[in-house]
Amino acid sequence: MLELKNVKKTFNRGTINEKKALSGVNLKLAPGDFVTVIGGNGAGKSTMLNMIAGVYPVDSGAVIIDGANVTRKPDYKRAAYLGRVFQDPMMGTAADMEIEENLAMAYRRGKRRGLSWGISKAEKENYHEALKMLDLGLEDRMTSKVGLLSGGQRQALTLLMATLQRPKVLLLDEHTAALDPKTAAKVLKLTEELVEKNNLTTLMITHNMKDAIRLGNRLIMMHEGNIIYDVKGEEKKQLKVSHLMEKFEEASHGEFANDRMMLS
Amino acid sequence: MGVIAGILSSLPGAFSQGVLWGIMALGVYITYKVLDIADLTVDGSFALGGSVCAMCLVNGMHPLPAILLAIVAGGVAGAVTGLLHAVFDIPAILAGILTQLGLYSVNLRIMGRSNTPLLKLDTIVDKFAKLFPEMKNSYTSLLIGILAVVIVTLILYWFFGTEVGSEIRATGNNEAMVKALGGNTRLMKAMGLAISNGLVALSGALVCQSQGYADVNSGQGAIVTGLAAIVIGNVLFGWGKSFGMKMFSVVAGSIIYRIVIAVVMQAGWVDTSDTKLFSALLVAVALAVPVLIERHRNKPQVEE
Repeated sequence: MLELKNVKKTFNRGTINEKKALSGVNLKLAPGDFVTVIGGNGAGKSTMLNMIAGVYPVDSGAVIIDGANVTRKPDYKRAAYLGRVFQDPMMGTAADMEIEENLAMAYRRGKRRGLSWGISKAEKENYHEALKMLDLGLEDRMTSKVGLLSGGQRQALTLLMATLQRPKVLLLDEHTAALDPKTAAKVLKLTEELVEKNNLTTLMITHNMKDAIRLGNRLIMMHEGNIIYDVKGEEKKQLKVSHLMEKFEEASHGEFANDRMMLS
Repeated sequence: MGVIAGILSSLPGAFSQGVLWGIMALGVYITYKVLDIADLTVDGSFALGGSVCAMCLVNGMHPLPAILLAIVAGGVAGAVTGLLHAVFDIPAILAGILTQLGLYSVNLRIMGRSNTPLLKLDTIVDKFAKLFPEMKNSYTSLLIGILAVVIVTLILYWFFGTEVGSEIRATGNNEAMVKALGGNTRLMKAMGLAISNGLVALSGALVCQSQGYADVNSGQGAIVTGLAAIVIGNVLFGWGKSFGMKMFSVVAGSIIYRIVIAVVMQAGWVDTSDTKLFSALLVAVALAVPVLIERHRNKPQVEE
């Protein structure tokens, strides 16, 4: 469903700030894979997601989504394949527009926009049903401006928007990191439900190792622009946080202990 | 008493100018408020609308197609700014200034001189005057202005409700989101700039016909006039949240701005040569006051 072939990326090449972000990443996701991604700061997790989404071009290598080579396509063209939720809850929605207007735009992801009305009556009913699933009461506030919602509500809405038009791959970039623990748990539960319901191929970055172990069928660990650990199935289920910590220590020669890492 | 009579007699003219310039303010609203871009193309595209329309009339064209051509010319000017800003990443303000500067020469080229009188030509005002022979000139202009504003408002209301229109609004709101949802934000910005400057040129075409001449300098300070209309409209009618209400407030702001200018001029408080300074100060104050109020409101409440 998703394949990265020897993807390399260096930022600020040739300057004093040169930073090798990805040094030849290979990754292949089968349809329905739910992969959690962990790693310290600067390990290349977000860069990898951005390479898939096409936010920046790759230096070399190839990105293949559902059999289509999208390496040379800009981000807005790749959007046809991808659902994305960002770390910043403000980034996934348009604050000055209504809830239903946001949903209507998400429903048209990857499609040609024309001069027909931005939202139809039948759609509104669908959105009403879809919002009910969030259990936040948003179905009764469909014409409210999104800017009036809390961060958690906006993130839940973004998640719904990312899956409204079934994506080939769902990209979640620490989408609960900016939320308080209770809201984060709720958004995470919603994530599980949506992924399961739509049988989505998912790539989720997280700083929470317990979540990384509990969710999904596969876990990868990144360090200095490489995937250094890749487990799936039964082996993943048996993982312990302490085991992951050891792996980190091993890879980073101890420096990881100082890094930002939530064990909750 | 002469002053009051003077003010009263200047009001109909000011009102109709306010409506005609209100169309330009709607154009500025699209870039400044919807797209969140300060577009300085306006000064050039306003004069461009007048120049194109005037030359079409001089060459014997009917005023309606002449006005349409002016709109198209303004749209092209906006698209040029869009190209400079959205495709070549030149900062919006500079991109607008570049187009505006270039347009000055373009307008001189179009007219072949700096001023084109339209006195003996059959303008849109004359066409209407024939339909309503009893009406005074300023009322005819007002009627044309109101008609144009209603048509423009209806079209904009429709357009910004469509899929493409929604995408333009979202681009001004959150570019990252639009891209993630498959929208081409560069194209949306260029499109918004083109529509905006098309409206500005329409305003220029109508104003030149109501005044009886086109001038290359007619657009000088137009952007400030447009901002003044938006700010005044927002202060007085800011409670209206719907898109239709916002467009109404912009036009109303434009009318009030013209009346204020007419009153201070007639009362002799401001000399004709000082109007630009007065306009600039008015807009500066109108933009600064809400910021100061907000800052005062957010002051920490510390008890001594």
